[in-house]
Amino acid sequence: MRTILIILRKEFKQIFRNRAMIPLIFFLPVIQLLILSNAATYEIKNIKFNVVDYDQSHFSRELISKFTASNYFVLNDVSFSVENSEESFKKNQSKLIIHIPKDFEKNFMSAGMSEVQLVINAEDGSAAGIVNNYANNIIHQFNIDMGIESSAKFDPVPAININYSNWYNPELNYKTYMVPGILVVLVTMIGAFLSGMNVVKEKEIGTIEQLNVTPIKKYQFIIGKLMPFWIIGIGELAFGLLLGLIVFKIPLLGNPLIIFMLASVYLVVVLGMGLLISTLTDTQQQAMFIAWFILVLFILMGGVFTPIESMPDWAQRIAYFNPIAQFNRAMRMIMLKGSGFNDVLPTLYFFIAYASVMMSLAVWRYKKTE
Amino acid sequence: MKRFFAFVVKEFKHILRDYRTLLILFGMPIAQILLFGFAITNEIKDAKIAILDFSKDNVTQEISNKILSSGYFLLYKNLNSIKDIEPAFKEGIIKEVIIFEQDFSKNLSKSNLANVQIIADASDPNLANMLIGYTSSIILDYQKDLSSGKSLPPLINTDIKMLYNPNLKSVFMFVPGLMAVILLLVSAMMTSISIAKEKELGTMEILLVSPLNPLQIIVGKVIPYFFIALINYIIVIVLAKFVFLVPINGSFALLVLESILFLITSLSLGILISTISNNQQTALMISLSALMLPTIILSGYIFPIENMPLPLQIISNVLPAKWFIIIVRGIMLKGVSFSYIVVETLVLVGMTLFFILLSVKKFKIRLE
Amino acid sequence: MTNNYIIEAENLTKKFGHFTAVDSISFSVKPGEIFGFLGANGAGKTTAMRMLCGLSIPSSGKATVAGFDVFKQTEQIKKNIGYMSQKFSLYDDLTVTENINFYGGIYGLSKSKLKEKTEYLIDLLKISDARNKLLVSLPLGWKQKLAFSVAIIHEPKIVFLDEPTGGVDPITRRQFWDMIYEASHNGVTVFVTTHYMDEAEYCNRVSMMVDGRIASLDTPDNLKKEYNADNMHEVFVKIARGK
Repeated sequence: MRTILIILRKEFKQIFRNRAMIPLIFFLPVIQLLILSNAATYEIKNIKFNVVDYDQSHFSRELISKFTASNYFVLNDVSFSVENSEESFKKNQSKLIIHIPKDFEKNFMSAGMSEVQLVINAEDGSAAGIVNNYANNIIHQFNIDMGIESSAKFDPVPAININYSNWYNPELNYKTYMVPGILVVLVTMIGAFLSGMNVVKEKEIGTIEQLNVTPIKKYQFIIGKLMPFWIIGIGELAFGLLLGLIVFKIPLLGNPLIIFMLASVYLVVVLGMGLLISTLTDTQQQAMFIAWFILVLFILMGGVFTPIESMPDWAQRIAYFNPIAQFNRAMRMIMLKGSGFNDVLPTLYFFIAYASVMMSLAVWRYKKTE
Repeated sequence: MKRFFAFVVKEFKHILRDYRTLLILFGMPIAQILLFGFAITNEIKDAKIAILDFSKDNVTQEISNKILSSGYFLLYKNLNSIKDIEPAFKEGIIKEVIIFEQDFSKNLSKSNLANVQIIADASDPNLANMLIGYTSSIILDYQKDLSSGKSLPPLINTDIKMLYNPNLKSVFMFVPGLMAVILLLVSAMMTSISIAKEKELGTMEILLVSPLNPLQIIVGKVIPYFFIALINYIIVIVLAKFVFLVPINGSFALLVLESILFLITSLSLGILISTISNNQQTALMISLSALMLPTIILSGYIFPIENMPLPLQIISNVLPAKWFIIIVRGIMLKGVSFSYIVVETLVLVGMTLFFILLSVKKFKIRLE
Repeated sequence: MTNNYIIEAENLTKKFGHFTAVDSISFSVKPGEIFGFLGANGAGKTTAMRMLCGLSIPSSGKATVAGFDVFKQTEQIKKNIGYMSQKFSLYDDLTVTENINFYGGIYGLSKSKLKEKTEYLIDLLKISDARNKLLVSLPLGWKQKLAFSVAIIHEPKIVFLDEPTGGVDPITRRQFWDMIYEASHNGVTVFVTTHYMDEAEYCNRVSMMVDGRIASLDTPDNLKKEYNADNMHEVFVKIARGK
């Protein structure tokens, strides 16, 4: 026990002595949480659009006014050539061109059918999909309004009325969703990188040899090495949660104790992984590169920024073994939906199994005697 | 000059000997682009839902079947009462519940109006939006079938033309960002860390007293990474073009020149980071915190910049990657000529000069 | 094997794949001896020493250190030895006292003992002005001397020194050897590798290693007589040329 305390004291001293690292460990994650949570949004507002109106009728102006009156669209320019308007795409000045052909009003009145063309800048596929949705909704509404005016003349149509409600986040606030996710990423990154570089650093400097020749026990060494980062990780999680609650007003419906219980095992998984990487590599450069590679895969496939539901089958199956995906999911469940202990029990079991595997591998790979 | 070449050769050998790092250096871009290309899409697939059907008649059965056979949804369970909804969501597996009112079919035929309610788990707002959108359009489709043959009110049809990316493939959007991230990673991170390493291990002093001048040392250390980044870049381009069929509508030569410019920007940024960090850990943490996450989130790589709050839109101007992504999307997808990206190019040139001047200044102070 | 020897090796061998780094060496070291391992770089000195320290398991042969087997009882060996490697083994970002407290603590020295040792060492090395300075700011010679003191802080039976004086100026080397004598005088067995031939003169007995084998083993005087040489350097040259 005393040996562990001695290692702990040494590690903490080394961490806090590196002046350049303190802000990087403690302040940067906070700043990132504050800034990036605001940036990570798919919510689209103020879509700039161009109008090419060959009809110049009352009817076409009516339709355009529906667009300008909505919260989503802002008129960028009016011109008389689709080609000219496409220039505005190339200059990144607009996302949508509404092209109204000649006889738009006439066809509607006489033939009961007319057409409008939407040209969408689809560089960003998902944004284009949303722009398309919004535009079609407006036109759909316009159709209904026009239809009602003349409804008496037509047969009654069976209609299914769709009500929908968005539970747990009725205002569709992206920050509510992103803060827990980004917090998970930050805590994971700090933990994995610091633990991943730590042991290999002693290798690189040569002090590991000196430690290996002491009668220190493997478990003492590993606990002493990982504990500081475990404490830092838990501390950052707590601080990040507090920021989320105070600054972003994120709901915390569930029991925070469950979050910390999960996190305490989750961090062992992360730190064990870092330690394993550390034992497998010879230089810090290698270690951090491998850690980075694994983390990027885990993060991008962890449902943090893009939903797991939008991945193909095989990828969804792999995601099950991704600790970031699991913790991310559990965090959002507990915070936003108020899920209880039993709901996250499978995740806890998963973490315990994962942590045991990681730690056993790391202990096995760390050899005091070659 | 001969000495300098000998030094560059030594640096090359140094890097090439470290096969683990090399494996990752080259494996990373391939893995990332394959992931983005295959695994990350904008389409929902097999989202798990629950159905609460108070009517259990032919029509609700038909609608349910239509929804479940679409490929977007997978029935996780049937619920029996309103009370079951909350616990089902809390379990964390289902993302949507569809509720049919009692006497659904009867209402539809008698009074021409039946009610269905969709409840989405909006803790992920984006997903909730998509799920509701998909479900609604399937139900509306069904409704359209019901009214076929009847005379309908006049209608405006929309003809949609998706420019530059007709199939809305996400890989089109991610490739430019991926290029930026990889070039940045390899150039800025690797150079800053390798120079910081020499400092940490004390070998920098030895190099500095060698007959090579400091400029030669820095350039010599940077050259291997320049080539590694270039090779990576070619791998990404080839995969994008031939595996994912991302078009290169503009001039290929222009694309390469702009990429080399960005490469130099990243390298000079890496040198700057190394001058302000005294060991590898610091260099890594600066590269990571100041470059990686902001580049992924703030540069327009995944999240469109114009959606961000104004202050963040302004902050994003500081990121070299933002400008490079605009350039690459312009050339590859929109096929623009140089005249459209002059401003972006000048910004990158300016940043490069700034980084180099600052590093030289810092370096001189250190030597004195 | 008898208890008269504190280190005994018999046909000790270490192979890395097809390369035999240490080829069947046999020797024994008496308690309190200063035993030198000499040879050119790559002769197998460090590998041999690492096996004796329990850092590396031998491929074949037998050896005991302080009565413990180098195959099975590596952790018991570690309790009884001190070690100082050619790579710098203290922490640059800790102060002098912090380094002493850390290593002393790991060997299980009590708090009062640690305090006593710290004062003793700081006094001995005359570094009381620098006690709270980070190691990075100290000259290399001081660091080496401190590293040696830390290596024997737990009063081990044997101390292994791997090229302890590499890169140090001649005066510091002289002082360093004074410290080694002092330790030897206090009953510590010293096992030292070096490629400085003049240092061989300071040892009680030296073993000359060439290509993983012990080419010759005796006191410096006897070796000089045997090879008809004026100094150890000449002895080494003659041995290396195969007489």
